[in-house]
Amino acid sequence: MSQLSTLLLYKLFTKKMLTKRIIPCLDIKDGRTVKGVNFVDLRDAGDPVELGSAYARQGADELVFLDITATVERRKTLAELVKEIASHLNIPFTVGGGIKSVNDVSVLLNNGADKISINTAAVKNPYLINELAKNFGSQCVVLAIDTRFDGNDWFVYLNGGRTPTDIKAFEWAKQAQERGAGEILLTSMNHDGTKNGFAVDITRKISEALNIPIIASGGAGKKEHFYNVFTEGKADAALAASIFHFGEIPVPELKQYLKEKNISVRF
Amino acid sequence: MLIFKKMKTVIIDYNAGNVQSVYYALQRIGVEAEITDNHNKIKTADKVIFPGVGEAGSTMHYLKTRKLDTLIKELEQPVMGICLGMQLLCNYSEEGDTACLNIFPNTVKLFKGNEKVPHVGWNSIANLNGDLFKGVPENSYVYFVHSYYVEILDDTIATCNYMQNFSAAIQKDNFYAVQFHPEKSGEIGTLILQNFINL
Repeated sequence: MSQLSTLLLYKLFTKKMLTKRIIPCLDIKDGRTVKGVNFVDLRDAGDPVELGSAYARQGADELVFLDITATVERRKTLAELVKEIASHLNIPFTVGGGIKSVNDVSVLLNNGADKISINTAAVKNPYLINELAKNFGSQCVVLAIDTRFDGNDWFVYLNGGRTPTDIKAFEWAKQAQERGAGEILLTSMNHDGTKNGFAVDITRKISEALNIPIIASGGAGKKEHFYNVFTEGKADAALAASIFHFGEIPVPELKQYLKEKNISVRF
Repeated sequence: MLIFKKMKTVIIDYNAGNVQSVYYALQRIGVEAEITDNHNKIKTADKVIFPGVGEAGSTMHYLKTRKLDTLIKELEQPVMGICLGMQLLCNYSEEGDTACLNIFPNTVKLFKGNEKVPHVGWNSIANLNGDLFKGVPENSYVYFVHSYYVEILDDTIATCNYMQNFSAAIQKDNFYAVQFHPEKSGEIGTLILQNFINL
């Protein structure tokens, strides 16, 4: 490139930053959207495709669909739903819930999911992370960690938060990165459903130690909570459900607030 | 919309992750594309999209075994490489020490610096040039997922910054390529795909 055109290009370039992502999460049961408060009570909040498209129009940066259907029909139903979502949605989305194998992932990606998230199955068989990264690339492998602080340390919980383990969340996150996970979705069970703010400390600790993006989850109740988790918590993205579903904090209002606070967000 | 349907658009079918997403994105703007690895269909199409999510070395190997490498190089209609598709149109990639298609003369390099790699999420594009970006405002946000990048070239038609300036899009003759994912970049991405179809 000639010197003149190089100079011109750099002069014209307005340096901006990679934005912090706002991610509404839709829990899915039998093809409908629900939200568990502390993983137990469920409320119906609509059709996933409609809701997802509405979020995309509002400026959500990404969506996560977590399937909590327990029936044997679930795999087929989920694949159909993913196809429907993919054909309507023009932003990236992640699908999680009960994913156990390379084949499960292959079906979801082939139906148009951009990423998948794995949780319990990866703890039971950590090599699954390696296999998924090798087969489909790290960019589509999100490791979800449900964690609870017991007064001493943050431990990993399985099966939607019902089964405790003696695995430390920090160590598990590091191991997942080494095995090829592309992102970590970190949910604090102490904070989830409380609306008292995200778990800033553990989010920051993991985000600073790892070289892959961290999505903070659990506890969003106010716009300030997002600001805190992006600044003090060093999160790359923040996920929430009910505050978006019930219109308590509309996505555009949240983004406007963050922009005014000098957080880089997409409009 | 009817005009688009008469035109033949193909998406090159290979083991790339985002083939289906590109297909749906075109469908949303009224384009019924065909996903195919049939040489004749690709050669005779009006527009060719070369998508890509995956690893450079194994993907080049896959293309070579189906002789898609030589076919792509000889195409004369507008071709658009997306993400890995863009990187494979370059001369060489550091990923897997891979010799690529050499339509663009540069080396594809791994991001190095203080930020997280891969570069995942929405970032802004600037210095937009040419018909591909017709109607797209400067500093529009688009969605990126990549660990390797193309530096600024004579052929650069859009730039982005992540640790350093790099090419968000390049163009040489009938070959267009974008590092971001227009199929996942909201309304702006849709407009870019529409512009490509209208070329």
